[in-house]
Amino acid sequence: MQLIINGQQQSYNGPINVQQLVEHLSLQNKRIAIERNGEIIPRSSFSEQLLNEGDQLEIIVAVGGG
Amino acid sequence: MDTFVIAGKSYSSRLLLGTGKYKDFAETRMAVDASGAQIITVAIRRTNIGQNSGEPNLLDVLPPSQFTLLPNTAGCYTAADAVRTLRLARELLDGHALVKLEVLGDQKTLFPDVIATIDAAKILVKEGFQVMVYTSDDPIVARQLEDIGCAAIMPLASLIGSGMGILNPWNLQIILDKIKVPVIVDAGVGTASDAAIAMELGCDGVLMNTAVANARNPVLMASAMRKAIEAGREAWLAGRMPKKIYQATPSSPSEGMITQSPHSAANN
Repeated sequence: MQLIINGQQQSYNGPINVQQLVEHLSLQNKRIAIERNGEIIPRSSFSEQLLNEGDQLEIIVAVGGG
Repeated sequence: MDTFVIAGKSYSSRLLLGTGKYKDFAETRMAVDASGAQIITVAIRRTNIGQNSGEPNLLDVLPPSQFTLLPNTAGCYTAADAVRTLRLARELLDGHALVKLEVLGDQKTLFPDVIATIDAAKILVKEGFQVMVYTSDDPIVARQLEDIGCAAIMPLASLIGSGMGILNPWNLQIILDKIKVPVIVDAGVGTASDAAIAMELGCDGVLMNTAVANARNPVLMASAMRKAIEAGREAWLAGRMPKKIYQATPSSPSEGMITQSPHSAANN
């Protein structure tokens, strides 16, 4: 299954949910937020959200800025 | 105690500090502590994926339990991008609604696109955000943003990161006369006296980043800015004396002099 994560194409052996993806990326204890195809995925529903072929994900953090 | 209120929460520090451009997170934290800032801006960016899993996180250094974090939309050139960024920020910060909106219009000057800013502000206010909005020093735009329901109006003093100081105090004065919500100078402050001047004009606070981060000693500059803002605020509250060109008045008594004044000596 092909996903586009932060603009990069990534291959996964599906099916995979958002929580599993987060763990695969070693982001499970990080302060992040995720958007899928333009819609925010609430953190509480990560493990219920199954990813689909071609999904575009944005995974963001807070960084220094003014 | 002299406090100011933004979106229902009261703050004793009138210095709002950005967290960009420091050498590392340790210096960021030391500068924040030296500044006394309670409201700290952060940017929202893509995380690194597949690498740097042990990378430190800004929110571990500046935890939301200790500071009011103000996520910004720096780098956004459309209303849609700014709104999208702040929706993500609200999810990241567990429903936190206080945000800094900026929609830029030009890469060279980073001047705000005020039309797009107004469009974004309308959407964000409707969605329940408390919007502190970066804008030009145009008093009419400031009033329109206040009418939309923004929580604070944040006019520039000069271009972002320029350190040029307050180029148009008269426009700021007009904005301060008209606007009821807090007015915070955002961008352009270069050194402590600039921050003091903003406060002496009657601004409710100053938001700065580069003036501190790009100082030779950022932590010492953070401390200087804290004092400048306190001094400027106190001077504003105290009410300065009127300026009197060609109306010199001595501070010491005119009577009892052991010498005659030049005027009476010339007449003798």
